[in-house]
Amino acid sequence: MGMTLGGIAAIGAGASLYAMKKSWDPLPSVISAGFTTVDLSPMDSGELRTVEWRGKPVYILKKSADMSKCADRDVQVGNDDYSVGVQICTHLGCIPSYIPANQVFKCACHGGEFDACGKNTFGPPPSPMEIPPFKIDGNKLVLGEEGPEYLRLVGKA
Amino acid sequence: MAEIKKADGLVDWLDQRIALRTLTKVLLTEYWIPKNINFLWAMGVVLAVLFKILVISGIFLMMYYKPDINLAFDSVNYTIMQEVEYGWLWRHLHAVAASAIFLVIYIHMFVAIYYGSYKRGREVIWLTGMLLFMTFSAAGFSGYMLPWGQMSYWAAAVITNLFGGIPLIGEELVIWIRGNFVVADATLTRFFMLHVLLLPLAIITIIALHFYALRVPHVNNQDGEILDFDAEADKYKAGNKKESKVIPFWPVFLSKDIFVLSAFLVGYFYLTFFHFNFAMDPINFDPANPMKTPAHIYPEWYFLWSYEVLRGFFFSSDLGLVAFGIANVIFLLLPWLDRSPVVAPAHKRKGFMIWFWLLIADLIVLTIYGKLPPTGINAWIGFVASITFLALFFALPFITKAEAKNASKGA
Repeated sequence: MGMTLGGIAAIGAGASLYAMKKSWDPLPSVISAGFTTVDLSPMDSGELRTVEWRGKPVYILKKSADMSKCADRDVQVGNDDYSVGVQICTHLGCIPSYIPANQVFKCACHGGEFDACGKNTFGPPPSPMEIPPFKIDGNKLVLGEEGPEYLRLVGKA
Repeated sequence: MAEIKKADGLVDWLDQRIALRTLTKVLLTEYWIPKNINFLWAMGVVLAVLFKILVISGIFLMMYYKPDINLAFDSVNYTIMQEVEYGWLWRHLHAVAASAIFLVIYIHMFVAIYYGSYKRGREVIWLTGMLLFMTFSAAGFSGYMLPWGQMSYWAAAVITNLFGGIPLIGEELVIWIRGNFVVADATLTRFFMLHVLLLPLAIITIIALHFYALRVPHVNNQDGEILDFDAEADKYKAGNKKESKVIPFWPVFLSKDIFVLSAFLVGYFYLTFFHFNFAMDPINFDPANPMKTPAHIYPEWYFLWSYEVLRGFFFSSDLGLVAFGIANVIFLLLPWLDRSPVVAPAHKRKGFMIWFWLLIADLIVLTIYGKLPPTGINAWIGFVASITFLALFFALPFITKAEAKNASKGA
């Protein structure tokens, strides 16, 4: 009798906890807004664009011929090389701005610098800017989905 | 059931039904407090009053506050501050009390450490007290988010991001806590719920436990003397008030407490009316902007020491997070890290005295450097102070073990 009551109460408690957990989950509208699609075809060589993805700024830099390439971080779409990264300083979360003349990202907060590949080259940032999950779909870049190119870059595949 | 007779007044009527006279005795007139204490023992009552001020001012703020990212900032800075009559009063009372309550919590806590009031039967008082520190911290943090200014937003972003450091589930957990990939409307609304309902409810419950935990071991005294409370109470009740080492909570102890409370409130109201700005960060008067980080992010003063432990390991964010996690729970373990049975004020415990003041000094250094930008020499000072903090707690069992040995030799 006691066991039955306890068992049913435990099932009820478990179900309630599950419902509570699910109520705290992001809403479907939030999840579906978690993908950003960018058409790369109109971009000029050497041009930098910043798009918003999941509330964060993501830069896309189409590399010109005079820019150094980095095989471990560049994204190949067609015949062109792109550098893609979350434009947030890995030091304390400030947003570094791109200076085209020097081809560097400079952070105003504590003077950190990143090169055109998004690698930290100077100052306090401990690591390169993060590469957001992406998928290449023809000439389009879909941010938020993990494509094979992304998995190759982060070394998962 | 007891026989109900015709009552000779309201008190008697209630006494027959809810044992009012017995209740008054148990809670007030025959709840015994040692005589041998000083003004530092008044902090509990000061905290209870500050909490009441927070609840009352909070009720009035809640009537006009709007937990929506498009409305929150203006509902605080325009509606409450400009339109609502005396709205500024509630906001400044609330903000200054939130800051002051941490000052008094720290005093309360370090008085307990100094006089050894966390051991020999008083462990549950200590544990519930530390739980209150944690729930108050959560309440302070969730409340700071509500005005939805730049500091609100970025403090929320940085602190929720900390959970990302937890292995395996970290990234998912952050999104779950926020209800979005970034700090957003869902985050604001749920933290509003925590701030005005769940956390106050938890705090009130733990306060009740904290008070109850005092009943069996009783309040400690200045010399850590073990009192026979029943015998001392009998002396007091027999009229030997001078010889008795105890006084009743009401009216004797509270009359002294109310004096300390009044002195404290003079300072508190002075701050509320003339220096409320210390509790109002100017950066938080810019509306939240997810695309622009303020140049410096720092928490309110009472979180600076643990924030500096987090940043102290500037070369590894994982180590910093581990140290930060340890810093937040290590005080809970104090009754078990102290291996000595001696209950006495720190100035009568040689090694412990040095340990105590080193800890205070280290916490002050951490607090100061927590506010400064972590560049150059500052980063190294922060690192050394963080290591010192951890080392002090590592050393405590050895220091107190040595003391226990000496004490047993002496006896």
